[in-house]
Amino acid sequence: MADPMKIRAGVVGDSTEVKVLMSHEMETGQRKDAQGKTIPAWHIQNVTATWNGKTVLSAQWGPAVSKNPFLSFKFKGGAKGDKVEITWTDNRGDKRTDEAVIA
Amino acid sequence: MNGTRRAVLKAGGGATLLSLVAAAGWLSPDDARAADWNKAAFETKSLDETIKAVGGSAAAPSINITFFATPDIAENGAVVPIGVTSTIPKTESIAILIEKNPNMLAASFDIPTGTDPAISTRVKMGQSSNVYALVKADGKFYVASKEIKVTLGGCGG
Repeated sequence: MADPMKIRAGVVGDSTEVKVLMSHEMETGQRKDAQGKTIPAWHIQNVTATWNGKTVLSAQWGPAVSKNPFLSFKFKGGAKGDKVEITWTDNRGDKRTDEAVIA
Repeated sequence: MNGTRRAVLKAGGGATLLSLVAAAGWLSPDDARAADWNKAAFETKSLDETIKAVGGSAAAPSINITFFATPDIAENGAVVPIGVTSTIPKTESIAILIEKNPNMLAASFDIPTGTDPAISTRVKMGQSSNVYALVKADGKFYVASKEIKVTLGGCGG
């Protein structure tokens, strides 16, 4: 299981700003190891963010997203104490969900 | 205690459990998992191909798409911050494309109603290149581009 995500969610005016730092290798599938063998791609494919059960952002990622990906977005609504949940799935089928309370 | 016997038993038990899990549908096969990941789009090599793979035919250049918090010169191609915002009404999705990467499409974001059409993330760039922001709004596609110079490549290092 991968390391937990760092999620920060805060109210800005009438919106909620969410910043996420995920922990993932994001191997491109382009690099070769010391023996000259290609290192297989290993990256996050899908990211979903929900607030009160409503999807506020969904993303599809390729291997060109940086290692330990960063993501930031804003959605209308959200109050202090609400929970924002982020889930990612990678191309090996590994999955991780973390949540944060809006501050 | 016979160590080998233990190991064999353990391995056998593990395999059985795994196949049971697979049979119960907890472990979805590759195809099922990739259903909501547009594999074809992530394998494209040009802007036109990518637009076709995401269901469009052509993209109109737009001044209503802007890059924010995006450098002109990136010192490290492995971590290039890219922020894209669109002021086009009914923006449905924003995609980031890097022209000179092995595959152009880096990331695509679906923006539901209520979410600001502004996202930022970090991407890898193999070399200096044009970066495109492809926006789908009200069923039509719009594009903007920005050149980013990379002083140290992010693919293969």
